[in-house]
Amino acid sequence: MSAQPAGRDGFPQLLQAEWTKFRTAPGWAAGMVAAALMMVLFAVLTGISSDQHGRPAVPVGPGGEPVTDSFYFVHRPLAGNGSISVSVSALREYTPSDLQPVIVPWAKAGLIIKDGTRQGSPYAAIMVTSSHGVRMQYNYVNDTAGLPGPVSATSVRWLRLDRSGDMVTGYDSADGRHWAKVGTVRVAGLGPAGQGGMFVAAPDSVHGISTSASVATAVFAKLRIRGSWPAGNWTGDQVAAEPSSSSGNPVFAPGTFTESGGTFTVTGTGDIAPAVRESLGGAGVIGDILFGAFPALILVIVVGTRFITAEYEEDLIRVTLAASPRRGRVLAAKAIVLGAVTFTAGLAGAVVAVPLGERLARANGVYLFPVTFATQLRVETGTAALLATASILALAAGTMFRRSAGAVTTVIAAIVLPYLLVAQIPFMPASVADWLTRVTPAAAFAVQGTVVPYQQVTSNYTPYNGYYPLAPWAGFAVLAGYTVLALAVAAVLLRRRDA
Amino acid sequence: MRPALHAEWTKIRTIASPLWLLLGTVAATVVLSAVVTSVVTCGSAGCAGDTTKLSLTGIELGQALVAILAAGVVSSEYSSGMICTTLAAMPHRSTVLAAKATILTGAVAAAGTVAVLGSLLAGRLILPGHGFTAARGYPAVSLADGPTLRAAVGSVLYLTLIALLSLGIATVLRDSAASIGMALGLLYLFPIIAEAVGNPHWQRLLQQIGPMSAGLNIQATTDLGSLPISPWAGLGVLAAWAAAALLVGGLLLRIRDA
Repeated sequence: MSAQPAGRDGFPQLLQAEWTKFRTAPGWAAGMVAAALMMVLFAVLTGISSDQHGRPAVPVGPGGEPVTDSFYFVHRPLAGNGSISVSVSALREYTPSDLQPVIVPWAKAGLIIKDGTRQGSPYAAIMVTSSHGVRMQYNYVNDTAGLPGPVSATSVRWLRLDRSGDMVTGYDSADGRHWAKVGTVRVAGLGPAGQGGMFVAAPDSVHGISTSASVATAVFAKLRIRGSWPAGNWTGDQVAAEPSSSSGNPVFAPGTFTESGGTFTVTGTGDIAPAVRESLGGAGVIGDILFGAFPALILVIVVGTRFITAEYEEDLIRVTLAASPRRGRVLAAKAIVLGAVTFTAGLAGAVVAVPLGERLARANGVYLFPVTFATQLRVETGTAALLATASILALAAGTMFRRSAGAVTTVIAAIVLPYLLVAQIPFMPASVADWLTRVTPAAAFAVQGTVVPYQQVTSNYTPYNGYYPLAPWAGFAVLAGYTVLALAVAAVLLRRRDA
Repeated sequence: MRPALHAEWTKIRTIASPLWLLLGTVAATVVLSAVVTSVVTCGSAGCAGDTTKLSLTGIELGQALVAILAAGVVSSEYSSGMICTTLAAMPHRSTVLAAKATILTGAVAAAGTVAVLGSLLAGRLILPGHGFTAARGYPAVSLADGPTLRAAVGSVLYLTLIALLSLGIATVLRDSAASIGMALGLLYLFPIIAEAVGNPHWQRLLQQIGPMSAGLNIQATTDLGSLPISPWAGLGVLAAWAAAALLVGGLLLRIRDA
């Protein structure tokens, strides 16, 4: 048994020793403060450099989310309960400029019951789509599949909507006699000013990284209505005459409809769907405001590496290891001190940067995708954790290499370069970009993700646009995994090698 | 000058790490170029692409190793104390820096040539298999093509200028970790920040003044009108960064104690 007085060589003392080193070495504490300031500085820069005064207002759906709500609507008032059914025998998409046929998988035509014609109002709809069969959708984000297969003259689809109060039930049928229920949904807010009828919409077609406008024409027949439809004629209206998307593709052909002998031919463009990054060109996400995390990352990597390599350069490591011969504990103490300091600095930077950047960006007319307080907190703590873990990874790399240059470069290249490659190479297939942001330490940037992809909207859901393939903390776990592995290797090397 | 050159050549030749870093530069550049050209596809919908620039993507990684090599040429002397011996032997400090820059330029230019030729060869062999065929308007990458030759020569010059920039930074900061962090920060942050700012004017300005974002325009062979800065002017921006870093480094070397 050791006769030493207790409490002189324990782990708390080791922590205190490392904290003293960190605190007193010139440049290290300053580096951490600079990292926090970088985050604030870049948030301010991003905020004040944007200018979107006078952009059209973004329609907001019943759930508070931004939506695209622009389509051609052949409608009549539906004051109370009622039902509408129709058959669809064709849906064709083409380019508005030269009328070349194109395939737009989510072009849609069908029946809709909507609370007026205001953009973003509650609705329920059942529709045929170009490549995804019959769908029932309501309130922008919800989507249920019905009969599969495309629509044609030989494969006619029958659609029906029944409204009873706030409840809307959608049915589909291949023959108009045998109906199958697709779903019953509650659409809160369907008031007495409700409108019902046929609609056609065709979103921009996406090819590679570019998009182009498209138009769709559908042929409806056998239109039947029952219930409280006040007498009147069918009226055709373009909901949102101006295209609501700022993706810049003008709508060449305004919608039209013609009726002859009970057959309606309706042409329209646009989409009824949740908005995504590409459909809201200038809109921002919190991740954009936190670009300062990149310079901060480089700073904390340099400090993390120096925290160990400086000891080798100045031979302090021999004193350190003589004072505390259990080398693994030295490394652990360093990692804890470094991680705690970096996390604190990163969190301080993030909690100031995000609200400040948001305020400045909004003041300049920028629309920011809404987030809950919990999500914002997750982005802020996640970014701080990302910086802390990266600095510990740099510490481990510094312990392995014992030289600053190699360690700094390896860690920076491993975290920053994948991000740069994904952002800069235009025709990198989405699968490769996803792979890079899954398996490299850059996966941890998923903690900054605040937007989710929608399968009913075709878009480039790339990490660069803020759509990360991994869930936030799963992405962080990838970086944490590399760090734990590197620390383990570093601990083994530190034990085996002479200092 | 000759003894100084000889001394620097002996140093770089007899330490193991510069050779490995030069080999690493070649390997990293060619491998990343080959990987990138292997994963891109030119679909039937068409693709507005620049096959030469794509084939030279590996430079983005290779430059990191060049930056380490160049920073190490100075900072390793400070960490080992060798700098006192060097300056005692050759009191003309600017001569020492000039000799280091000359030897470094030669070494990086040699490795850079191999890396660039390897990358272009990889692109020439791999791209046609991914839809970039002559039939679609993408003839095989060839040095006989004027812009491609300019991109190739320019990429070698780019790497040597990165080395000189990093050498200058290391002479100023004297610490390898800080120098590498600074050099890679200067290179990688400009393109990332340029994407972050919403204002197109600021964006263009950042792309024009960033050493990497401006310098790599030398690799562009198509659609030159849409570049933020013309190829040679972009390389000039990088040269100005390198010259400024070397100038400040040279001045500080003269007036500071080693």
